Amino acid sequence: MLLSGADILVRTLIEQGCDTVFGYPGGQILNVYESLYKYQDEINHILTAHEQGAAHAADGYARTTGKVGVVISTSGPGATNLVTGIATAHLDSIPMVAICGNVPTNQIGTDSFQEIDITGITLPITKHNYFVGSVEQLADTVREAFTLAKSGRPGPVLIDIPKDVQMAQCEYTPAPPAEAEEPRAAKEVRIKEAAECINEAKRPFIYFGGGIVAANAQSEMLELAEKIDAPVGCSMMGLSAVATDHPRFLGMQGMHGHYASSMAMHKADVIIALGVRFNDRVTGNRSKFAVGTKIVHIDVDGSELSKTVSAVCGLRGDVKVTLQNLLPLIEKSEKPDWCERVNQLRKKENDNLDDREGMTPRRAILTLNRYLGENTAVCTDVGQHQMWSAQNLVFRTPRRFVSSGGLGTMGFGLGAAIGAAFGTGERSVLVTGDGSFGMCLNELATAATYNIPVVILIMNNGVLGMVRQWQTLFFDKHYSNSILDRKTDFVSLARAFGADGEAVSTPEQLDEALKKAFAQSGPYVIDCAIDKDEFVFPMLPPGGSMDDIIIKAGG
Amino acid sequence: MNRYTVAVLVRNQFGVLNRVTSMFRRRQFNISALTVSETESSEFSRITVVFDGEETYKQQLINQLYKLPDVCSIKEFTADNSISCELLLIKLQNDPATRDDIRTAAEAFGAVTVDYSKDSIMLRLTDDSRKIDDFINLMRDYQILEICRTGSVSLEKGSTTIRHIINF
Repeated sequence: MLLSGADILVRTLIEQGCDTVFGYPGGQILNVYESLYKYQDEINHILTAHEQGAAHAADGYARTTGKVGVVISTSGPGATNLVTGIATAHLDSIPMVAICGNVPTNQIGTDSFQEIDITGITLPITKHNYFVGSVEQLADTVREAFTLAKSGRPGPVLIDIPKDVQMAQCEYTPAPPAEAEEPRAAKEVRIKEAAECINEAKRPFIYFGGGIVAANAQSEMLELAEKIDAPVGCSMMGLSAVATDHPRFLGMQGMHGHYASSMAMHKADVIIALGVRFNDRVTGNRSKFAVGTKIVHIDVDGSELSKTVSAVCGLRGDVKVTLQNLLPLIEKSEKPDWCERVNQLRKKENDNLDDREGMTPRRAILTLNRYLGENTAVCTDVGQHQMWSAQNLVFRTPRRFVSSGGLGTMGFGLGAAIGAAFGTGERSVLVTGDGSFGMCLNELATAATYNIPVVILIMNNGVLGMVRQWQTLFFDKHYSNSILDRKTDFVSLARAFGADGEAVSTPEQLDEALKKAFAQSGPYVIDCAIDKDEFVFPMLPPGGSMDDIIIKAGG
Repeated sequence: MNRYTVAVLVRNQFGVLNRVTSMFRRRQFNISALTVSETESSEFSRITVVFDGEETYKQQLINQLYKLPDVCSIKEFTADNSISCELLLIKLQNDPATRDDIRTAAEAFGAVTVDYSKDSIMLRLTDDSRKIDDFINLMRDYQILEICRTGSVSLEKGSTTIRHIINF
């Protein structure tokens, strides 16, 4: 049938199984919004306060559902406002399709009003991007974009569509939803090498990341852990893939990771890295990291193998299928000495837990834990609150921890929590700081307008806590521009946006406030006072190795 | 430090060279020479990249190239399995005192005179990059006015082509 480019775009999105998109209209995308109006019974558009919020919402939607998140913006500033959101998704390998309008093709390159070279700008922060030069290419470009976004290592793809292409007509032939490329196992010879290395291990440690979530390879990984009697730890991106109370799980490791998890990885003779990279937050000083330890690394992205830390055995392949092929070659073994050593590490960690009375950050998160349902997604912003959340939240279901790991985007959380609520169809939670929340709090308007049940817990210490922590430890307590000392009343602010909230300063008040918040039908802001000199521990100091971990204050 | 030559078959699409070079820039890969042209099929372009580095550097560069959806296949060349050559145009001061020496050197290297004026001589040489380096070094004794060289192009010996490579 003969359709306009705009109709073809929306029909193709629907055809791809996309029922929710986030975005913001404008001059050069008006035709697409006309089509969204036309097809509103089949596709739901969520209007945010700012394009950045829409991009983060699409990201949160993608992280919680595993589907491709879709965001739509106009040209120029609309498109550039997406950039932080796209980069956030790129660094965390989140499948996303971003669609921008642009000026008509005959005006491209003339610096027209609201014209920007968004394909040029997003080149290094997308898996790929497209400038659609003719309406005939549009449907297949969208299909290819979906395939790319979810294949292999997922990531964002941008499609730039000039206005005349949205208006032009051509024949539209419906097609089935684009499939991700068939997952492929690593080469057999490499799998054999890996099996040999793993079978010889005396002190194996399994280190996993977001790749396990993306490939849905939790059960294969845990089967491997059982077979070789290994403890399991993860990067921040791996959190929620394995239930927090799983007996083999030691938690997140790295700069602010769990002591036992970081140390077990440090003491291991073989690290089995699954769908994870060796980011600087994880390794600390690379020259002191895993010295003499053999690394077996499985990743769908071959460029991660030996990129920063050299692996004796690098396996490029889908982690699930590769593990399925690897498991039969693995000999079952028990390693009582190693388990005992790991238990000692655990004990040391437990002995050093922060169990102070009063409104401590850990107590705030533990209080929150009591209210989380099996399916509740918890989103965070970036900073101390993010680490306290990562360390202390209890996870039971995969894809229920949503946090900007790679880019570390302050302002990510609220948009993401909105996307997560749509993704899960349930109440979502945002744990944030007063600094991060201040960056993109405009999305309270979105949450209030759509009456989205989001519980917003602001850990308010009046300072940029993580910056302050570093300034205290490494910059002679010169608190350069990290003391916010703002006059913002977050509860009044919530009311001004049409939401509600309350301020709390004791664990009992927080408990009551959470009870109320989890009974609301819309957003609820809890402004929770935290002392400005609370630190995140353990901490791996910059340039240090695992031997230099600071376990707790003064220790 | 080794010198590597890598041929990259890419989809012949608008902006593809930019995608490749932008990746090199972003990841700080330093490229010695780069050529690009359409191939036997208008569907594909072929990029030949020459760079210096260690084995891991080369591997990382190739791995990063593979991540670009427009990259169809990659072939690494060695002196043994391939033929490489590049084209040099060099313009020299035409001085009666050095004219004969230049001509003799040109003959020895197989360079051809392609332009001749009262004040200048332009020579053309096609050879592998090392020979071209040698020739330029020899010409430094004279007054070089301008140099333009294309960068290396390479093809594998025998009947195998870059399109036969399975990329995984």
